[in-house]
Amino acid sequence: MYKLSNFLLACVLALSVNAQENAGLKLPTGFSATLFADQIGTARHIAINDKGILFAKLNNVNKAGQSIVRMEDVNGDGIAEKISGWGKYGGTGIFIKGNQLYASSDDAVYLYQLDANGEVTNPTAPKTIIQNLHSRRQHASKSITLDPQGNIYVNIGAYSNACQEKDRSVGSKGMMPCPILDSAGGIWKFDGSKENQSYAQGKRYATGLRNVIGLDWNNKTNSLFVTQHGRDQLNTFYPTMYTDAQNADLPAETMYEMKEGDDAGWPYVYYDPFQKKKILSPEYGGDGKLEGGKNALDPLVAFPAHMAPMALLFYKGNQFPAKYKEGAFIAFHGSWNRAPLPQEGYFVAFVPFKNGKPSGEWEIFANGFAGADNNKSPRGAKARPCGLAEGPDGSLYVSDDSKGAIFKISFNK
Amino acid sequence: MQFKIVSLVVVALFYCVQANAQNMQKGKKIYETRCLACHQADGGGVPNMNAPLDAASNVVGKDIARLVRIIRYGYNERIALDGFYYSNAMTANPDLKDNELADLLTYIRNSWSNKASAITIAQVQAAKKKK
Repeated sequence: MYKLSNFLLACVLALSVNAQENAGLKLPTGFSATLFADQIGTARHIAINDKGILFAKLNNVNKAGQSIVRMEDVNGDGIAEKISGWGKYGGTGIFIKGNQLYASSDDAVYLYQLDANGEVTNPTAPKTIIQNLHSRRQHASKSITLDPQGNIYVNIGAYSNACQEKDRSVGSKGMMPCPILDSAGGIWKFDGSKENQSYAQGKRYATGLRNVIGLDWNNKTNSLFVTQHGRDQLNTFYPTMYTDAQNADLPAETMYEMKEGDDAGWPYVYYDPFQKKKILSPEYGGDGKLEGGKNALDPLVAFPAHMAPMALLFYKGNQFPAKYKEGAFIAFHGSWNRAPLPQEGYFVAFVPFKNGKPSGEWEIFANGFAGADNNKSPRGAKARPCGLAEGPDGSLYVSDDSKGAIFKISFNK
Repeated sequence: MQFKIVSLVVVALFYCVQANAQNMQKGKKIYETRCLACHQADGGGVPNMNAPLDAASNVVGKDIARLVRIIRYGYNERIALDGFYYSNAMTANPDLKDNELADLLTYIRNSWSNKASAITIAQVQAAKKKK
């Protein structure tokens, strides 16, 4: 009897989970979502091949001993039935170009071969393309993307908040010039086909970027776009200059188009979206008003502070309505540095583009990842958007690196 | 030596009473100005970055000396805690007095779901000697 009631309870629970409309997400009219996979591990970035097989890079090896998970929806119901995986290293980056699958650890990039069926042929013996990159705990994840020529762009995040002599310490000055920038705090460019490259074989492509996790090559402009995580803790270290409320809104998270040699200004300046100016960092003598960074880029888009843009994807498909074509989707992880104010930003945003330039304000595309009213801390969030991929049919996939969910978002014609 | 340790334990046990409301209040103040930005209002920390304090085995554990050292001198290594890793640097707080450290520790050991013994000034001082 007890067993039967347990079974019935399980059935009711299972039904209620499945019955959750759009996998619990809030979407624009005409869109729907399914929970493509769940509990696969700490799913960071995702990539999909032309057969519709989805691969997720995990930040940690999961319980099944995998760090890259392969997911396939065989019967087309929007839920992956076939799930397997391999890999012994944690990391963030994953990218598919043709029949090649690139994946990154926090200090290296590996290359796998796909066969005609879209299956990886060498799961235990990938080629090492790049190795020995700085991995110094903070901002260690290596995001990757490739251009049409086969060059690979790797983010090497700054192992620091604001390049202070003592990181995240009250009263510690910013180092001038910031010594981190010679080997981190920017985007490095390598040959996507050569083995065993490191700093000596690569090139610092762009600098002054504290930490970029979302990056994508825009085929329309034929250039690299990135989203930066702005600095933290203005109020903690400079309580006389910044209130808690000001810290919650400063600085903006930013999107840039980065051409070779460009500088986005970190650590010397941050972007204030209210003054619409690059403001000198207090570690470098700023007071919240003094401007700086004459030669640094202005952002193309300024998003609210601390929301942590994790993935950037230019939409190429035809499934979504016309306004989404060539526009940018950005997965936001959700904030932690707005405290003591409520945390925010557990969503996927959209920026419309026309002729390679933003053509309107950013908007929330998919929301509800965090669950109902739980925004006290990132731990409370049900899901934290982290990776984006566009399927061959134009559906958008969103990964979550807290509980390991994959959402599939489609437009119903 | 033996006697010293025994007497210390006795003194410690003697003071291990329910967290005093006044100490909790003082500890909360310190938490809000120095710790909350990273460790969050619910003590939950930030996955991969800032270690949680709520339901953290080392926070409610017995190695008080280690907790005192981490708060006072900071911590600049990747820390493994309850099966997860956290990577951000922990700021040093060299200016916190012994009584403030005791209040802060008492607060974090008895907030959210944590229920552990209060920490006395004597324990903080003993931790200092251990270093």
